[in-house]
This record gives sequence, C-alpha cells and structure tokens, in this order.
Amino acid sequence: MRPALETRNLTIGYRRRGEADVCLAKALNLRLQGRALVGLLGPNGVGKSTLLRTFAGLQKPLGGQVLLADEDVTAIAPRDLARKLSMVLTAAPPPALMNGYAIVALGRQPHTDWLGRLTDKDRHMIAIALRAVDGADLAEQRLAELSDGQRQKLMIARALAQQSEFMLLDEPTAYLDLPRKIETMALLKRLTRSEARAILVATHDIDLAMRYCDSLWLMSKDGIICGAPEDLALDGSLGGAFRADGIRFDQSRGRFYRERPGGQAVMVVGEDEHAAWLRRAVTRAGYSVSSGSSRAIVSRSRNGSGPRWKLRIDERVGYHGTIEAVLRALECNLT
Amino acid sequence: MTQLVDKAGRGAPTISRELSELQPKPRARTATFAARFTNIGGREFSGAKPVLLVALLGALGVLLMLSLALGSASIPLEQIVTILLGGEADRQPWTNIVLKFRLPKSVAAALAGMALGVSGLLMQTYFRNPLAEPFVLGVSSGASLGVALIVLTSGAVGGALLAGLGLAGDLLLSAAAGLGAALTMTLVLLAALRVQSSVTLLVLGLMFGYFVGAIVSLLLYFALPERIQAYINWTFGSFSGVTAEQLPILALFVAAGLALSAALVKPLNALLLGEDYALSLGVNLNRARIGIVLATALLVCAVTAFCGPIAFIGIAVPHLSRGLLGSSDHRLLLPGACLTGACVALLAAIVAELPGNNLVLPLNVVTAFLGAPVVMLVVWRQAQGKL
Repeated sequence: MRPALETRNLTIGYRRRGEADVCLAKALNLRLQGRALVGLLGPNGVGKSTLLRTFAGLQKPLGGQVLLADEDVTAIAPRDLARKLSMVLTAAPPPALMNGYAIVALGRQPHTDWLGRLTDKDRHMIAIALRAVDGADLAEQRLAELSDGQRQKLMIARALAQQSEFMLLDEPTAYLDLPRKIETMALLKRLTRSEARAILVATHDIDLAMRYCDSLWLMSKDGIICGAPEDLALDGSLGGAFRADGIRFDQSRGRFYRERPGGQAVMVVGEDEHAAWLRRAVTRAGYSVSSGSSRAIVSRSRNGSGPRWKLRIDERVGYHGTIEAVLRALECNLT
Repeated sequence: MTQLVDKAGRGAPTISRELSELQPKPRARTATFAARFTNIGGREFSGAKPVLLVALLGALGVLLMLSLALGSASIPLEQIVTILLGGEADRQPWTNIVLKFRLPKSVAAALAGMALGVSGLLMQTYFRNPLAEPFVLGVSSGASLGVALIVLTSGAVGGALLAGLGLAGDLLLSAAAGLGAALTMTLVLLAALRVQSSVTLLVLGLMFGYFVGAIVSLLLYFALPERIQAYINWTFGSFSGVTAEQLPILALFVAAGLALSAALVKPLNALLLGEDYALSLGVNLNRARIGIVLATALLVCAVTAFCGPIAFIGIAVPHLSRGLLGSSDHRLLLPGACLTGACVALLAAIVAELPGNNLVLPLNVVTAFLGAPVVMLVVWRQAQGKL
C-alpha cells in the first residue's frame, strides 16, 4: 500500500486578527495516492491555492489535519517534508544571475549537505529531470534569456529533481501556449505512471484536465466533489461548479460556452467536418444548435462556382462563401 | 521516455549512456582546493567567473599595502614590508605611523568592508530587494540615537568630544553607538521571532528608523551648534578611530558574523526563489530568518559602534560582486562580497586621506562619490545583459 496524502475533517482559509476567520472550505476528507493525476478545478477565488498551500504545510489549517503517510504535515521537519512533497507555485522565478541548471539543482537541496554541494547522484537526478521536461538545452542558458514557458519547464524539472512521491502544482500551464499545455499535462500523466507519483494539479484548463486527469476535485463554495471527469460531467457537477450567469456547460461535448441572452436556435445539416466547425462557430456566436425545426437552417451546397454555405431563414435563402459571412447574415436577419 | 531511478545508472543503462554525454568531464585535477570545497565548476556555475575571487584577493593585498604606504606622508613600499616583518624603518617615525595608526585603520577598514558587504548581501537576498542594505533594520538609527544622547545632552563628554582627542570620549561614543545598535537589533530579533513575513519585518525596521530619526532630529533642534557639529562628524563615518586595542573586539564580531553567514549559504540560495519555495525545499524558515538577522546584527553593530554609520558600501558591494562574479549563488557571492567589500572600504579610506595632503575628507562622502557611478554602470550593464 502506497502512502497517501489525506485530509481529516480539514478546514482551510485565513486567520485574521481581531476578526472572524475567512473559511474557504470545511469538512474536507480527501485522499491523494500514487499513480494518480488529480486535477483541482474551480472558479477563481474559491481556494485552490489555499488548499495546495495547506497540503504543503505552507499555511496552517483552520481546523482538522493534513496527513502524509499518517503523519501530520505540520509536525514533519521541513527537510523531511521536502523529500516527500514538492511544489510548483505560481510565483515567477527571480531575475537572478542563474542558469537553468542552477534552478533545477536547487531541487536537490533536501538531499545535499550544508553547502548544497552536488554529488554524482545529484547531477544524475538533475540531468534526468531536465530531460524529462525536454529542457536539456536550457541548462546553460541564463534565466533572464528564457521565456515564461521555458522557466515554467525548469520549475517543474526542479520539483522533479526533488524526487518526492507527491507533487503539487499550482496552475503550471497558466503561461504556456496550447501545445506546451498539452505537453505539460502529458508529462505529469507519464510521471504518475512511470514513477508511481501522486500529482495534484490546480488548473483552469478544464478541457485538458478532463482529458488527462485520472480524477478531478471540483471545488466550489459548497465543498469539493471528487470523481472521474466523465462521471462529473454526466451528473452535472462540472456544470454546477462553474455556474455563472450566461455560462453553460455543454453536457454532450464537455465544453463551456457563453450563452447569448435570448439566443436563437440554428440548425446545421450534415455530420462532416464542415458541419462540425460551423456548429462550433454558431455556438461561439451565442446561438444554440438545434437538431430540428428552427427558423434558421444552414447546409452545405455545391451549386454554381464551388462549395458554399446555404442559409435559409424563414423562407429566404442566401449563399455565403465563408463561415464568417454566415455568422454576419445570421446577425443581420435573425434578430 | 525517461525514468527517474534512485541509484545512478541502476536499471537504466541507456539513460546513463545518454547522460554521460550530457555531463561535463570531471576535472578534479585542475580544481583548486577552494573550488573542490565549494564544488564550484559544475554546470550550475557556467557563465559565472569564480576565478575573479582570486583576483579580488590579490587586489585586497595590493590595496592593503597601498593604504599603509599612502597618507599625509608617503612611505616607500619596501619600508612597509620591513616594518611589517618586525624590522626598523630607515626613519624612526615611520614605524610608529605604520604600526600605531595606519595598520589598525587599514585592518579596521577591511573588516568593516567585509562586514558591510556581507550584511548587505544577506539583507538584499532575504528581502528580495536590490535596494535593501545593512541598515534597513534600523541599526544605524539606534546607534545614532545612542551617540546623539551622549553628544548632544551631556556637557562634559560633549566638550571632550568636541576637542576630538579624549580617549574616554571615543570609548564612550563607541559604547553608546554599540549599545544603541544592539538594543535596536534585539528589538528586531524579537520581532523576527514573531513576524513571519519578510515584508512586515522590513516595514517595521524602516518605521523604527524613522521614529528614532525623529527623536534625534528633536535633540538636534534643541542642541547647541558646536555639539551638532560633533554629532555630524560622527555621522560622516571614519576608520581612523579604531585603536589597536579595540581591533580584536571588532575582528571577533565580524568573524562570528561571517561564520554564521557561511552556515546560511544553502537557505540563502533557496530564498532566491522566495520564502514559499524555500520552505518547500526544506528550509527551516524561522531558523534562517533568525540566523540572517543575528548575523547582520553581529556584523553591523560592531562596525557602527567603532566606525560610525558608513553608508553606501552595504548597498553597493553586493551589486558589484554579483556583476563581477556573474552569479547569484551565495557560495560565490559570500566570499565575493567579503573581498569586494574590503577592497572598496580600503580604497575609500585611501582616497579620503588625500595622499600627500593634510586634508581628510569625510568617509561617507568618498564612498558615495567613488562608488555610485561604478554601481550605476554595473547595474546598467546588467540590465542590458552585457555581463
């Protein structure tokens, strides 16, 4: 049985002197164990970072306990805790005169002597961590010369070099472009498998989290709901957690979209990729996609010079070359 | 896909072969003792110039000799060597000048420079602020209050000081400054035991400084003009006031402060990433904070007591040594700030004496006059990425 990071009746939040405590979530009984990538989702300000910080002992709980292998994290010596639990925070690395290698080497601090001298084993672990994030070429580059994404990679490599069973990451994909976001999530997923690590990642990329995480912790004002992404989508929890005026969760596609107040229905005929992209565009523009009887019907037509979109609104028919033109026509005629 | 394994190479032969290409070839034979001790020379130091530490050491030696040779009367260097080796100089007064006046002054300057450079580095790293300096915690304010109380209020001692000769007056002044500084640092330490945030500690220190500064201003406002002059003379700072008898006390404090700083090298490096990261890397933040404040207290209190509030060196030297060594690693920076500080202080002491002249400039004027342009240049070039 692998050790687990778990909470017993945990209450998280902030203490304020002379005033009532700010309680963000209470009665939390969570469990994080090896070979799992867990996504921590929730709207801004709900307390994701506070939960991570409480897990890592950076912040004291308002009540209850965080246990690491049945030991209270606030009672574990910092150095021992650092060997078991590593973090990637949202704070940007400093504008220091350091190269990539030096940043990753800091991850070996819980394992090195009082001067922080690196042994062969330390250098081995650093090299592996750098390769794991595909950052070997960043080793000799100055921090100041790197992009946000490259620095983030190094910070993750630094956490890897720490060789801890548990990893907590606070929005590691925030500054990254989409391919880098996917790379990062895929890397974290790989680590849970190859190293049997337990990784908790707070993120706003719901789509990515749903695709890569083994389970999700959905955090809302009412508490945390845990489960497989698909279960949470089906039972409406995912939609509920991010509920806000005008935001809807598309149950069948697993996406959030903005609803235009009083949005009209548009029917899109066809099942090929053209139809799929048009549905996306129509949804993006704030209409709802219906499967039958609506005032507006769009289909693909091959009349005349080439393939075009045929738009029928009530009894009027028009032809448009691009999706952009279709949307403009909908805008003019449907309201 | 890479695997993270516990023991180097075990169970992952392909990876270790790949890694052997990544890792630099060992160069243990060429490594100096210092380099091996601190492990300087690894890839984490690529781009840094640790060899400049040796150059700084050489510069320190040269400046030390120059500071003994130059002054109101110039003494040839070979005579200095003779005197230092216990021989008699060609002219009798030279032996006296060198051993009784210049040597204590030069050693005091070097010690003070080391102390101010290193404590400035500690403060800048701990507060993650390039403008932090040894006196941000209010030490100089505490010392100045002690001195102001003595100089501005007591009649007899004030008079003795005015003459600028009374040994008892000098000692009293040192004691007052030291007591004021030590009291301030005790308060800051007590605060550091309770306050978790470095920013809070910084603001507390600054506010304490303003508060004490107001008391000093009040004393100045009601004081006699000639007493005010005596007080202002103290604020100029000077290395000449340290006698051979006082030197061991200064040296002891500085050595203790430097030793404590050396023990803090690892947490200081972790603190470059901020307090949260440092904690997650296993740094005992409370211990590190107390250690940093205590080391600063030892270094700065002693210097302020014996040499007055020497400005500028503490803020400039860390920037200079970072720029020179091209590194933020405290294993390099700590000895770097030590040597750079000693060199800068000695240079300032030499220039303040205006060799070949009986005039002596206020030390604080010289440090800022010489140093500010240099630091501006270093910081400017750093910002342009030329270093």
